[in-house]
Amino acid sequence: MGKTMIQKLFAAHTAPEASVEPGDIIWLDLDVRTARDFGGANVVQNYREHYGDAPVADPRRTFFTFDLVAPPSNIPYANNQQLCREWARSQGIRVYDVNAGIGSHVAIEEGLVHAGDTFVGTDSHLNLLGAMGAFGQGMGDQDIAFAFKSGRTWFEVPPTMKVVLQGTLRAPGTARDLTLAVLQRLGADGALGRAIEFHGPAIEALDLAGRITLASQVTEMGGLIGFPISEAIPSSLLPDHDANYIESIEIDITELEPLIACPPNPANVHPVRELAGKRIDSVFLGSCTNGRFEDFAAVAAIVKGQQLAPHVMATVVPATRRVYAQLLASGVLETLFEAGFIISNPGCGGCASGHLGMTGKGEVQVSTSNRNFPGKQGAGQTYLASPVTAAWSALRGEITVPEVRA
Amino acid sequence: MRPTQITGRLWVLREAAGRLYNDIDTDMIFHNRYLHITEVTQMGPYALDNLKGWEDFARRARPGDLIMAGSNFGAGSSRQQAVDCFHALGIAAIIAESFGAIYKRNAINSGLPLVTFPGLTEVASRFESGDIVTVDFCTGALIRNGVERFQAQPFSKVQLEIYQAGNLFEYGKVVTG
Repeated sequence: MGKTMIQKLFAAHTAPEASVEPGDIIWLDLDVRTARDFGGANVVQNYREHYGDAPVADPRRTFFTFDLVAPPSNIPYANNQQLCREWARSQGIRVYDVNAGIGSHVAIEEGLVHAGDTFVGTDSHLNLLGAMGAFGQGMGDQDIAFAFKSGRTWFEVPPTMKVVLQGTLRAPGTARDLTLAVLQRLGADGALGRAIEFHGPAIEALDLAGRITLASQVTEMGGLIGFPISEAIPSSLLPDHDANYIESIEIDITELEPLIACPPNPANVHPVRELAGKRIDSVFLGSCTNGRFEDFAAVAAIVKGQQLAPHVMATVVPATRRVYAQLLASGVLETLFEAGFIISNPGCGGCASGHLGMTGKGEVQVSTSNRNFPGKQGAGQTYLASPVTAAWSALRGEITVPEVRA
Repeated sequence: MRPTQITGRLWVLREAAGRLYNDIDTDMIFHNRYLHITEVTQMGPYALDNLKGWEDFARRARPGDLIMAGSNFGAGSSRQQAVDCFHALGIAAIIAESFGAIYKRNAINSGLPLVTFPGLTEVASRFESGDIVTVDFCTGALIRNGVERFQAQPFSKVQLEIYQAGNLFEYGKVVTG
């Protein structure tokens, strides 16, 4: 019997004789171990409690990334970050500090992770590394403390489901709309405990930013990791033709229309047209799901030379410092600024009540972030949509079906 | 050895409409505004305080109580606090149709018993808050009020071993020497 991609990747990170069939428990070698400002202090605390001053397994493959409350807006987070910094210094661990941006994106840009690697940390969207063919996984602070010390952990080999995307994305459709279409089909637990392989022409046509958007939302489908099968995947990791899938589904996106996820969860997906005309108060652009240069460039192309609706407060949060630099150099930043956007330093934005972008009670927000659970982005109502839908909505001041300009 | 069979008072997490709560995410269990807390003993008061209708759970729960919920309990983030807050309250086990993947790991690694009960949604009307439930982690047998029997999943091998060792750190010492 052939192997799926996750089986091949795991087989390369465990004992040669170990069986990697779904349900098997293996010891998984972890190439990179990280913690962020959220959870990081708890990792340090667990580490000290159980290992004292003992050195981590390999400081060169261990990192902190501060991205949630960056720079800190409250004293407890400032304390936690400083605690991590001092401990990292004592251990010889590098810190990507509050100026760097979202850890998972920094890892890709700085070459901390490569296709075929295993990468863990205290960020539940680390599985977006599936976009480049790596196994990324969010874990709790005990798991990560253990990983810092041992460089490995136990893992149950998940079954793989195959999702085939037929057709071609057409404007104004984006990778986010494709992702929402998958969420609509699978629901909040359609991939529970599973790995996903995304196949098909629509997947092969996605760029890295688009693959990140899709892979980051696998968490919201209940899945562990999603691999968009593209040319980025080394041939040694490509699934065998006779690989065993627990389920195979096909989604045709030929007629895909812009989609939006309404409260109270990311899987509550509807066509944008059903909500067209709903007045909005704010727009958020960014997050690990849609915080790439390409996402903001798409927005700039729409808003160039225009002003946002006067009652709409709209915020741009680049994923990383490098993305920020690209925005500066390309003129996209200036376009967004002149249209009326608030431009923030890089980071996670409103997730975990952190960086910025909270909503107040009764506030209606269109956001390119990844979750809209009650209270997640504040007390208001968060609607999740593509940067293109968000841009049109920001201009009109209401939820708007994007148009295609000739 | 820690006990592999426990008995406790049940809390059935239902929505206002009476349905078993599905997709209870980690922000409903332990909201992100408390994430700066690092001491387990301080996490108890915030358990479920962002779950509609259950905001006062922490004041009503007693050590040894059991929790029952629907599918995908613990969806969302990787925060350990969403597990540790139940340790702080002394919750003896959580029984659900299914669990979020990261949540399940976090609970297993910290020695909090999770009992997966496929088919629970169909029989959920049999259970009420206040029922006394016995659950056997080795066999998956579940008994309500001493008479009515149900079948949940037994612990997996690694789950039982970590539970018996106490937590992942102790288990790591056992298996790697």
